[in-house]
Amino acid sequence: MSRVRVLVGTHKGAFILSSDGKRKQWKVDGPYFAGWEIYHMKGSPVDPNRIYASQTSGWFGQIIQRSNDGGATWEQPGTGPGEPTTTPDGMPKAESNKFVYDTDSRTGKPLTTHQWYDGTQHPWEFKRVWHLEPSLTDPDMVFAGVEDAALFSTTDGGKNWHELAGLRGHGTGPQWMPGAGGLGLHTILLDRKNPGRMYGAISSAGVFRSDDTGVSWRPVSKGLRSPYIPDPNAEIGHCIHRIAMHPSRPDVLYMQKHWDVMRSDNGGESWHEVSGNLPSDFGFVVDVHAHEPETVYVIPIKSDSEHYPPEGKLRVYRSKTGGNEWEPLTNGLPQQDCYVNVLREAMAVDSLDKCGVYFGTTGGQVYASADAGDTWAPIVRDLPAVFSVEVQVF
Amino acid sequence: MVRVTLPYHLRTLARVGGEVQLEVAGSVTPRAILEALETAYPMLKGTIREHVTLQRRPFLRFFACGEDLSLESPETPLPESVALGNEPFMIIGAISGG
Repeated sequence: MSRVRVLVGTHKGAFILSSDGKRKQWKVDGPYFAGWEIYHMKGSPVDPNRIYASQTSGWFGQIIQRSNDGGATWEQPGTGPGEPTTTPDGMPKAESNKFVYDTDSRTGKPLTTHQWYDGTQHPWEFKRVWHLEPSLTDPDMVFAGVEDAALFSTTDGGKNWHELAGLRGHGTGPQWMPGAGGLGLHTILLDRKNPGRMYGAISSAGVFRSDDTGVSWRPVSKGLRSPYIPDPNAEIGHCIHRIAMHPSRPDVLYMQKHWDVMRSDNGGESWHEVSGNLPSDFGFVVDVHAHEPETVYVIPIKSDSEHYPPEGKLRVYRSKTGGNEWEPLTNGLPQQDCYVNVLREAMAVDSLDKCGVYFGTTGGQVYASADAGDTWAPIVRDLPAVFSVEVQVF
Repeated sequence: MVRVTLPYHLRTLARVGGEVQLEVAGSVTPRAILEALETAYPMLKGTIREHVTLQRRPFLRFFACGEDLSLESPETPLPESVALGNEPFMIIGAISGG
């Protein structure tokens, strides 16, 4: 029988929740990296035992951790303890936590500043890794979305990271401005059907597409409208919270924008709103059913400043029509006095039949549905605030 | 041998307990200690001082012999008792919260 592993990043460490394919009985392991913020953990699609984690701290900076045994043990994939930090010819050896923006005169020199809240220009400053996206084909290759927004990659299993400067450098970078949560590249989607095509989303710069594995980029924002920015239809400045695709139909994208749930049917070339009958079109997460490309999940949140579910009822909304027509899923979820949030990385689906759906809350609950959202139960109730949830089936 | 005390999270990262002891060549300064520390424990590179600027991270402080040495030049020789290993060079994480 298949096994399921739920990778949970929290405000104070990482947890791994595991079960068999029935998804009824769960084992909770952790905390790993206790006391550290774990922004994201994700496993390689081609080697589920290879898992990467972004471990970060306001005191000690960024650490990348890697496991080769499904999370049982972890290592920093750089130079080992006691090994020299330079090569015999004096060159620095691997440093897995070193994320340095490209300042090469040919590719990086113009990329010195972005827009600050007051409209002035501000230097790019590395803060943390928000998202790790392992390659679809190579367990040693990973993309990292960082704050301040930029794309990095490794091809040696996380030992060395190099910026793919075409994202920051395609031309609009100086106009990017942080959202309330910072200027983070939080979403990286890889297209299984079109090799080389990938998407990145940045709060609050917008959504971008590359067709050459991240070397060059362009905004794909036609149809996005944000009344709270100076030009509501601008190419840049939309606060994208999350994007999702179904692997079998990668040209169809779903987006939870700051306000509005949006859909594109042409790889982001144009977008249209599908918020329909949602009680709030604000939210953070969006995901797609593993076997039904027209079945989409969101969790409406009340905003702007409240950031908890409308009416204190925690409801997942499911559309089986690709948007516009949404049904609340409430069976097993608290329907009174619930004031948690669900952050943008904190929803995932598994590939079993029936599709499992998972999400974590800022109140420390991780909820699971083994029947595509019809019924829900908490796997755990009292973790630290959940930042991210990913699922593996192996 | 120079003795260095690390904050809890860095001891965990380096997989050491209590103090670490280091051979420091030449004049014993904060910079020389940090370079010896990072050579012995490469996983600590970037966690105490920034990778590129080598500036001390804002929420970390350096103490020795009851003195806060955080704002001293990293090239300033440390007291002889630190160089001789009688007193530890302490890297302290700020207690920041409330």
